[in-house]
Amino acid sequence: MNSFEALRDPKLCKDVLAKIEEAMQGQTLRFMEVCGTHTVALFRSGVHSLLPKSVVHLTGPGCPVCVTHESEVAAYLELAARSDVIIATFGDLMRVPGPGGASLKKAQAEGARIEVVYSPFDALAVAQANPGDKVVFLGIGFETTAPTVAATVRQAKALGIANFFVMPFHKLVPPALDALLSDPAMAIEGFMLPGHVSAMIGLTPYRPLAEKYGIPSVVAGFEPLDLLQAILLMAEMKRQGKPRVVNNYKRVVADEGNPKALSILYEVYKPGDALWRGIGMIPGSGLTVSDAYRKHDAFEALNVTLKESKPLPGCRCGEVLKGIMPPNQCPLFNTACTPATPVGPCMVSTEGSCAAYHKYQLDLSPGH
Amino acid sequence: MGNKLLLDQGSGGLASHRLVNDLFFRHLGNSILARMDDAALIRPKGPLAVSTDSFTVDPIFFPGGDIGSLAVHGTVNDVAMLGAKPLYLTCGFILEEGLDMDDLERIVASMGQAAKKAGVKVVAGDTKVVPRGAADRIFINTTGIGQVVAKTPPSGHRARPGDAVIVSGSLGDHGLTVLSSRQGLSFEAPVKSDCASLNHLTLKLIKALPSVHVLRDPTRGGLATTLNEIAQQSRVGITLEEPSIPVKPVVASGCEILGLDPLYLANEGKIICVLPEKDAAKALTIMRRDPLGRDARVIGMVSNENPGKVVMRTGLGGRRLLGMLEGEQLPRIC
Repeated sequence: MNSFEALRDPKLCKDVLAKIEEAMQGQTLRFMEVCGTHTVALFRSGVHSLLPKSVVHLTGPGCPVCVTHESEVAAYLELAARSDVIIATFGDLMRVPGPGGASLKKAQAEGARIEVVYSPFDALAVAQANPGDKVVFLGIGFETTAPTVAATVRQAKALGIANFFVMPFHKLVPPALDALLSDPAMAIEGFMLPGHVSAMIGLTPYRPLAEKYGIPSVVAGFEPLDLLQAILLMAEMKRQGKPRVVNNYKRVVADEGNPKALSILYEVYKPGDALWRGIGMIPGSGLTVSDAYRKHDAFEALNVTLKESKPLPGCRCGEVLKGIMPPNQCPLFNTACTPATPVGPCMVSTEGSCAAYHKYQLDLSPGH
Repeated sequence: MGNKLLLDQGSGGLASHRLVNDLFFRHLGNSILARMDDAALIRPKGPLAVSTDSFTVDPIFFPGGDIGSLAVHGTVNDVAMLGAKPLYLTCGFILEEGLDMDDLERIVASMGQAAKKAGVKVVAGDTKVVPRGAADRIFINTTGIGQVVAKTPPSGHRARPGDAVIVSGSLGDHGLTVLSSRQGLSFEAPVKSDCASLNHLTLKLIKALPSVHVLRDPTRGGLATTLNEIAQQSRVGITLEEPSIPVKPVVASGCEILGLDPLYLANEGKIICVLPEKDAAKALTIMRRDPLGRDARVIGMVSNENPGKVVMRTGLGGRRLLGMLEGEQLPRIC
């Protein structure tokens, strides 16, 4: 058995499951993952359905599409409606509902020019192919995606591609965790930390979880054994009363992160405030374009402003994202809010917590 | 630069006649088509299976096939899934002005070869040339007519508890191939469409095993969507064993990179066969003897549990829903 197969080996996984049961010692613990890929991996592998009842595993704000604020959606839709603008975006964003149910899909049907790209560099090619138009790349994503977008902006400047712009709607994970934990309603006893984001930022930004809030956290990979080991480590740290930040994904994540990627990131961007759907403004949790690259900043160059927009009526995404309410207990879940008619963004992206529940969860009765 | 198609060639005048005679007849001709009357005269026997499909695939050429061979295979397979022997095809072409004539020739030649291999005759056809921009190079519609051979034709409504679910080979090949050639992506190993006519294989199955309840080809929406349709039509539950489902490593890893699920990707040369479990071994033997069914496997069972739903038992023994998708799969951000 190679190491990859070992990470999916049913027997090894069963052993860890038994150890989790033992470590729980009859108490109930509430853990949360804050990475959409973890959300999907937990469901797809069946790990979610195999966890002991005493482990309540919740899904936090781990999908960058899900936390894109209504005002941000309204802003890019306003740009999409301009005749001299081509929007370049990752596919996830196409169905995200904005105010009044508008979306990029609908804008496209109404004639807006939208290019779905797989890499921000593809957007650069679109800009070169359409010199008479303004190509706006929607910079959505956490620390994982932001360095690549930053590298694209840097290249646009170097090549003098003046018609390429970025809308910086990136979000940063550690400030969001901090904001979540400062809400007294939040009752999370351990965080499964994102593998990809951590590969960029390393462990240091998470230290306050243990030091300030006394909460154990584990950087985890995406294979079944990775997920189970992370849960076991959180349960053991909880039992021993010794919260730490543990890197259990060393095959990908270096403790110090990726300094090269971060240096590109902070050459092009600087920290700023950001709006999170369902949560609101979190200081220092976003990125704005630094002065040296302002000519490529869509806000600045194309005169875009974020306008206040009313929260979606009845939407409880905020509580779902904070782990206060499981998706299937939201009154709109599977009634008004379905993948066909998403009310909140948690239902839109395949990695959204509600969409994952809708897609994978067999038993939707309360308590599951 | 090669010759380009002109609007005149769809005018009905001499230019049209030349196009039909020089190109279409050369590759698709037969005695019925050659009569050139307003309609084809055919004399089929017994109950008939009829299916129609339009093909707009982009790119028009992809590893393993092209829009022409796909237009034959797709309709032949739909007819075959009813337990029928496909006999005739009609073809309607909508061509964009400026289409490269060499491309058109390649496509029509490929249709001719595919039809010959499948044993079907093109008995009627139509060609329209539309102004540049009114179509994307070439659209093809084909209608297939077949003679139903099965005594009780297989149908999505006939899955019964206790039936085994068999798939004839690896899943997602066509969908990933088309998507990656459209986007100019390449993976560590080449991917290739499975595009093929399945009628000879289905006929062998039907003749040897009248007990076949369902035959479907999991095209758009893939295995997951087709099985959900069967579960709903037959009001039964289907439980799949994830480790048994054949997906090529290159397709699995390509999908992982793009955030796609191979079980929702289109196949153009695969059969889903549902039949009583006692006959499953025989069905596997028949399939595996044919190159198109070499990797056939039992992937799950039909039961009374969770009617209308498809449940996946994972390698770890966990369970999850395998539902229908809302729309096309969207590549994800991270």
